[in-house]
Amino acid sequence: MDITWYLVLSAFIFAIGAAGVISRRNPLVVLLCLELMLNAGNLALVAFSRMHGGEAGQVFALIVMVIAACEVVIGLGIIVAMYRNRLPIDIDEMSELRG
Amino acid sequence: MWFEQVLFFVAGIGALAGALGVVLLQNPFYSVLSLVAHLLGLAVLFLLLNAEFLAAAQVVVYAGAVMVLYLFVVAYIGGADEPLRPESGGVAVFGPLFAVAIAVELCIAFISSGLQALDTRGADVARAENADQFGSPGAIGELLLTDFLLPFEAASFLLLVAAVGAVVLARRRRGLEEVGTGEASPGGGPAGARGEPPIETLEVRI
Amino acid sequence: MSATSYGWLVLAFPLAGTLIISLGWRVLPGRLPGWIGTAAILLAFLASIGALLDLLDHSEEERQLVDSAWTYAATADFSADLAILVDPLSVFMCLVVSGVSFLIHLYSVAYMSGDGGYSRYFAYLNFFVFSMLLLVLAANFVILIIGWAFVGAASYLLISFWYRRVTAVRAGIKAFVINVIGDVALVVAAFLILDNVSSLDFLTVFDGAGKAFGQNDGTLVAACVLILVGAFAKSAQLPLHTWLPDAMEGPTPVSALIHAATMVTAGVYLIVRMHPLFEIAPTAADIGAIVGCATLLFAASVAIAVTDLKRVIAYSTISQIGYMVMGASIAAYGAGLFHLMTHAFFKALLFMGAGSVIGAMAGIQDMDRMGGFRRAMPFTFITFTIGALALGGFPLTAGFFSKDEIIAFAIHRGDWYVALAILAYIGAFLTAFYAFRMVFRVFLGEPVPEARELESGHLAHGEPMNPMTGELEDTDVGFPGPEHHVAESEFPMKAAMGPLALLAIVGGVVAIPGLTDILEKFLEPTFADSRFHDTAPTTGAEVWGLVAGGVISVLGIGLAWWVYVREPGTAARVRERFAWLHRFLVNKWYFDELYEAMFVRPVTTFGGFGRRVIETDFVQGTIVGGATGIVRVGTSVARAVQTGYLRVYALFLLLGVAALTLYFLITSS
Repeated sequence: MDITWYLVLSAFIFAIGAAGVISRRNPLVVLLCLELMLNAGNLALVAFSRMHGGEAGQVFALIVMVIAACEVVIGLGIIVAMYRNRLPIDIDEMSELRG
Repeated sequence: MWFEQVLFFVAGIGALAGALGVVLLQNPFYSVLSLVAHLLGLAVLFLLLNAEFLAAAQVVVYAGAVMVLYLFVVAYIGGADEPLRPESGGVAVFGPLFAVAIAVELCIAFISSGLQALDTRGADVARAENADQFGSPGAIGELLLTDFLLPFEAASFLLLVAAVGAVVLARRRRGLEEVGTGEASPGGGPAGARGEPPIETLEVRI
Repeated sequence: MSATSYGWLVLAFPLAGTLIISLGWRVLPGRLPGWIGTAAILLAFLASIGALLDLLDHSEEERQLVDSAWTYAATADFSADLAILVDPLSVFMCLVVSGVSFLIHLYSVAYMSGDGGYSRYFAYLNFFVFSMLLLVLAANFVILIIGWAFVGAASYLLISFWYRRVTAVRAGIKAFVINVIGDVALVVAAFLILDNVSSLDFLTVFDGAGKAFGQNDGTLVAACVLILVGAFAKSAQLPLHTWLPDAMEGPTPVSALIHAATMVTAGVYLIVRMHPLFEIAPTAADIGAIVGCATLLFAASVAIAVTDLKRVIAYSTISQIGYMVMGASIAAYGAGLFHLMTHAFFKALLFMGAGSVIGAMAGIQDMDRMGGFRRAMPFTFITFTIGALALGGFPLTAGFFSKDEIIAFAIHRGDWYVALAILAYIGAFLTAFYAFRMVFRVFLGEPVPEARELESGHLAHGEPMNPMTGELEDTDVGFPGPEHHVAESEFPMKAAMGPLALLAIVGGVVAIPGLTDILEKFLEPTFADSRFHDTAPTTGAEVWGLVAGGVISVLGIGLAWWVYVREPGTAARVRERFAWLHRFLVNKWYFDELYEAMFVRPVTTFGGFGRRVIETDFVQGTIVGGATGIVRVGTSVARAVQTGYLRVYALFLLLGVAALTLYFLITSS
């Protein structure tokens, strides 16, 4: 297959993830959409690595996966802490940055 | 080869469907599950791209461990179904709009003559017997320990930090009331003095 | 020690006195600040004598010594130094200033004790003496103007010494504003001279003025007229005289020192010092003579009508300085300075006596309420009478010789100066009259209640009140409240008045025509370059002038005796007959009202307008408010972006990425 197909697919997944980050109010789902975007990036990386023939892209994608895992851990930790402190699990309620 | 193309479309549509499911499903539990499906689709795509190790890592680590963790948290939090009332303000309009804009732009970039370097087929990859095959664990491992040693070590360090951070974030604080226990003291819940907590909490004390 | 070292010492002692008193006022007990101040001036007087003796050691040609302590600015053709000029004129002025100041300090030690601002008073007074000495010792225009300004400042500080009294503060401001007019004129004059002669140093200017300017050169006349304006402002001549009567709001020793003996004579000193310039610009000198003569008559006419004791003496000061200004302008330098010296003696004496009387009257200054103090205060009576005799030019007193010498010189110069002389004789007649008007009204006649109290041994006390307006006041800053001091009971006051009385009698010996010539000869080196140096009235003419002056003085005293003692109702009858004239004179020829309408009212109106419209509405409202308003609007617009919603921030991120991608897409295609 043309690499182009993979890249277009990656673009679509990225766009869907971005729309989800903005549209959803539950922080858990927002994190999931972030995962979507990261995965789209992974797909593009692997596609390019196949195109060039070197495995650097795959290594990069592996590291990205590691980072995604860490980020999920921390994010979930924050959400659990929020829940523990009886804060509403709603992104719109957390507007303390309002200036 | 037709087999490859069919598999591509199947996996691609599965991935897309999973992605749409994440965004559109109201119940967060279902969103997690559809993300798992999306990840499996991506794993197939990785295989199609000769990234075997990565596909395995995706399934085992990502779908197997990270998403399970996610399921645990969703079960604990019990994320309620979001109400279906319409979004207010321009966020609802402009969010998807800009996302679509980005997709369109990227497609234009990919499909048009923007990226001249796009090869249609891809390079010939090594399939020798004695040398490490392209995308095999051996090849990835060798790169990780030679050319990309620093990112490898940094990533492991990052994992450590993340683990510590998660523990710190989720620990119990003294003097704060806990959900479900109704008392301000840390320590083991009184034996049956209150009602059963709805969820078994994981006590971690620093 | 050389004369110039003595000169620096003369300056250093009062300055040290000021600093010690002002820095240590909290720790110095009782009357010690007063003694420190007095000692400082005494040391300055001794240093002046040292300078005099050293100067006399030099030969006659070398009696103009300049010493520079520090060069403030030095360029190719001009340098400004901190320099003093020690020559006969400045030493003479130093002696008079420091001598009379010493006696007045001595008087103040007793007079002001009990006042809440005792130390402040002496610090200011020492500062004043320092400034005055700086002024007379200056060797260039820069130091002169510095001293000039300091003296004005010291005068302001001392006039409004009792600063809780509104009339005192207003008087201080009035004095300062009029002085500033003179300051500005003096500075402009200095600049004009600098422009043409390229130097500000006195000796250089005097040497070079003849080459730089022609006779009656326009610029020089302008500069000299400006110098005259400065002199008139400081010496309270027409039309800048209105501040001096109001300056009587200050304590009486202040009036004695500043507004009789020293500061107001600074104008005369200025004219005398600048005599080379005036001789090249006779027009300006003539203007000075005319103004001096007019002031003389005007002030004498007012002095015969006003009833406030200190103000009569104030107008007398204005009048006598008119004599000095006239003398200096017609080139009778020696005579003018001689009158300056004798005037310092008897005017300070008169003020001191008046202070004593006002103390006995518990602060009241109105002559209508005084009378018959001769038995209660004999010492004051005698000294005051001596002062009045000298003021009126009674034969053989110091004032007799000095005043008539000026008039004789005027006659000698001929032309229209004779008219000035005749007017001056009329003024002398009025002077003698009002001088003894004071004596007869205050000391003769039936004793008033306060006098009777004093006779029986204790001072009268009243509510502390403002002598001008009669309103009651508190004594927080020490208006003369419960403590009044009378010369009869305080030794320092007697010790100060005694020598002055003596000098008022015998001071004339330095310049008896035909017999002694001490003053003229001493001052000769300074005036050696004068055109009129070798012209002087003959002894015979002078003696005729003295006789005429003596006769007029006796006539004036006789008239006063007849009006006030022989026929006591005469004054009231005359007042009724000429009510309009009396009103005109008592209101000081309506000068104050004129100035009020011409200058004060428009300025205050403009000031109010400025505050209301320009400041409040325009600057604060429009400019400041506008600027802050714009900023506020801008920031509130910017603040609207900080909604606090994470999703909105993510949206902006996305928007940024889309825009960037679009940009790269466009630029790469």
